[in-house]
Amino acid sequence: MSERIPFHQQITTRPEVAKRFDDLHPPFDRQAAVPEANRCLYCFDAPCTTACPTHIDVPRFIKKIASGNLAGSARTILDANILGGSCARACPVEVLCEGACVMHRYNKQPIQIARLQRFAMDSFYQSGASLPFETAAETGFSVALVGAGPASLACAAELRRRGIRAGIYDARPLPGGLNTYGVAEYKLPLVESLREIEMLSQLGVNFHFDTMIDATALAEIEQKHDAVFLGIGLGAIHRLGIAGEDLVGVTNALDLIAGYKSGEHTAVPARVVVVGAGNTAIDAAIAAVRLGATEVHIVYRRGPEQMSAFPFEYEHARNEGVKFLWYVQPIGIRGDRSVRSLELTKLVPTEAGSLVPEAGTEFSLEADLIVLSIGQATHASFLSEVGSAGAKVQLERGRVLIDRVTGQTFNPKFFAGGDCTNGGREVVDAVADGKRAGIGIAAWLEGKYAKT
Amino acid sequence: MPKPKPTLETTFCGIPCLNPFWLASAPPTNCGEQIMRAFDSGWGGAVWKTIGAPITNVSSRYSSIDWEGRRMMGFNNIELISDRPTEVNLQEIAEVKRRYPKHIVIASLMVESKRETWHDMVQRAEDAGADGLELNFGCPHGMSERGMGSAVGQVPEYCEQITGWVKEKARTPVIVKLTPNISDIRIPARAARRGGADALSAINTINSITGIDLDTFEPNPSVDGKSSHGGYCGPAVKPIALNMVQQIQSDPASALPLSGIGGIGSWRDAAEFILLGCGTVQVCTAAMHYGYRIIEDMQDGLLAWMAEKNFASIDDFRGLSLPNVREWKQLNLNYQIVARIHENLCIGCQLCYTACWDGAHQCIHLDRTAPAPDTTRTPSMVEAEAARRISTTPIPKLDAGTAFTNTVTPLDRIPRVDEDHCVGCNLCYLVCPVENCITMERVNNGVPFESWEERTAKGLVPPGAQEVMSTNG
Repeated sequence: MSERIPFHQQITTRPEVAKRFDDLHPPFDRQAAVPEANRCLYCFDAPCTTACPTHIDVPRFIKKIASGNLAGSARTILDANILGGSCARACPVEVLCEGACVMHRYNKQPIQIARLQRFAMDSFYQSGASLPFETAAETGFSVALVGAGPASLACAAELRRRGIRAGIYDARPLPGGLNTYGVAEYKLPLVESLREIEMLSQLGVNFHFDTMIDATALAEIEQKHDAVFLGIGLGAIHRLGIAGEDLVGVTNALDLIAGYKSGEHTAVPARVVVVGAGNTAIDAAIAAVRLGATEVHIVYRRGPEQMSAFPFEYEHARNEGVKFLWYVQPIGIRGDRSVRSLELTKLVPTEAGSLVPEAGTEFSLEADLIVLSIGQATHASFLSEVGSAGAKVQLERGRVLIDRVTGQTFNPKFFAGGDCTNGGREVVDAVADGKRAGIGIAAWLEGKYAKT
Repeated sequence: MPKPKPTLETTFCGIPCLNPFWLASAPPTNCGEQIMRAFDSGWGGAVWKTIGAPITNVSSRYSSIDWEGRRMMGFNNIELISDRPTEVNLQEIAEVKRRYPKHIVIASLMVESKRETWHDMVQRAEDAGADGLELNFGCPHGMSERGMGSAVGQVPEYCEQITGWVKEKARTPVIVKLTPNISDIRIPARAARRGGADALSAINTINSITGIDLDTFEPNPSVDGKSSHGGYCGPAVKPIALNMVQQIQSDPASALPLSGIGGIGSWRDAAEFILLGCGTVQVCTAAMHYGYRIIEDMQDGLLAWMAEKNFASIDDFRGLSLPNVREWKQLNLNYQIVARIHENLCIGCQLCYTACWDGAHQCIHLDRTAPAPDTTRTPSMVEAEAARRISTTPIPKLDAGTAFTNTVTPLDRIPRVDEDHCVGCNLCYLVCPVENCITMERVNNGVPFESWEERTAKGLVPPGAQEVMSTNG
């Protein structure tokens, strides 16, 4: 068997990108981490742990930083969350662990859990230690996992720790899904995502890249494995359905982000308009600023109260100089071969509460690049073809329906988790889904084949 | 009537002092230049770094204990007495006294245990102009191996004899500095008093090894790979010092004017030592940590507190707390308090809960949202329930109407005290990070005062307890 090249060494970082996307939250050094760790009260049944979808035992890993047991600290993190390093950087901790910190309730700064977690994980990587888990004796069971995003990775880790074979299929050449390609580089660099996933391969996970799974391929996979985990995420970003959308210079937020992260492009033109006001839109708008745009607008059909971006993301964008236009709707894109402007109309609320275009308010916003970020479509419809008539994977508005505790779909052999089941949440939610499903699959296989 | 403006001026065993704050005999009082700067900063007196037998010091000399990020909670040294020639020290004493006649310079002395040697040193120190003498019977390291320092302080007969020799010669007050490295501080204190001491100072440093390097396996401070036990001081020793101060001042055969030493770093510490009977206080570690400038708040804070309490002078509150320290058998067995958790202040950390279950009496419960009080739910059950909970990141678009907020502590996180079983131990109140969130409140049980002493005198002690008493007695 030929020596495989570690994932994070299969890519080259573009220095001009790295320079412009340095850490939003710089790492702690030891002298800063230990006093911060000591500030933690060590709550019992800690709210931060409960708030974390993967239930990392936060006070425990923090106290281990304080005591100088850094390997133990990383182990505590990884035991609950196999992507603990990525989550330390990518999680919106303001609404998770740090948001739940009891310090908020007595006029004190919450413990900087994310930075402490990153400190523990960085120390772990720097130590060169291997993943601190044993894999159990092989059970002979085998599970296929579709998609190499956080949900599948977490599921695979649980399976391997229980001695169940895990084969992951992904259409891309490298693993991680949105964890690798979709998180703003100043939060989670692509290389860090790959470094963390590289560790998983130590558990003996088999990766099959550049492999698109359609209904036919899925049926084949099902035949060869004892169970299938669907971690297929969401599909393409919606289109506006207006004139001019095919012009050069119209792209979407995920392509823009994946493009600069993988070094395919390192600059954007001067005037950029982002359509949509979710967290991905913010990431795209800030990326545009950092990639050289001089004027970046976010246009949104409703007001700041309704936008789906977190308040701290909104603040961040404003601090980076992104301008927001509220209550406007794109009605056309103008240009010859490439984009010249986005045509907009103002919206006004009706008495019934909906928003309608206001006649005569049409205006034009000059743009060299238009970035659509108005939500991702689902791409799970092919799943309803899979399985016997009585036990099909069921969908609801494109989402795969599961038992939240076990991840099991209506077809007992199929499990699912992550964005394809939850409508598009965070990396940590996908990890939690995958983890529950991994445990769920193991329990189901054990129950199914248990000698009676 | 306007309150009198308080003063820090005081008299200690006949020595008039600008204030009760002295620098203890230690590195901060190594030379005249230092001491004059200290006086400029506001220190009322200084006990000169011990003068005596010639010595050579080692390097390194100090080590310390940090606690949760704070430096030097406890401090340890293996430095010996002054390594400067006696003549130089005495010349500088004369110079300091010439320039600072109102400030107090005490000569700390330690020489070999010969009458003539002591007489000679006493004479020279007093000739130099020292306002008083402190006999170093406490240094626990190095000097004790040569029959000096704590080797004297640990043998009451030596303590008494040398004090007597000094008193034969001394014209200024003689202060005997006691070592805490004994079983009962009152024994050497009584010996010093019998020897004629005018005053005592306590405590000197406590024998210690502050730590072992987990890579080299060497104790610290390391001297070429080896170490030796040192003398422990700093904030960590204050409770030990306070206890010894109280023991001395509550013992008629020991009690003398007392200069309190041990972990004093603030006016609060000083006030506590004075409340237990000290006339002056001596400071070392805090000055070594932060410099002489700490004296400003020590004076300022103590004066403000005195004004608030209506004390005009140090003597107004000196020893005020002594009657409040009793033997355990004299405490009121019928006094009853219980913990009350004030829900409006509780932040939901549940430290009181885990402390009560694991470290106390299992009478704090997490059952406020249960249909009925549930004292059977254990910490493990609470944790197991939490582990089963499914949490997700709240996404505004997907979770409309569930705005993220964390300003109010959820009721299920606020522990409840089972007052019927609370023994009033204080543990929950001690671990609670929020001021006034848990208060210990008296339960009026209508039962009159009764101490163990009284109860046993009446023969009301249960037979089992009587046995325990005799086996322990």
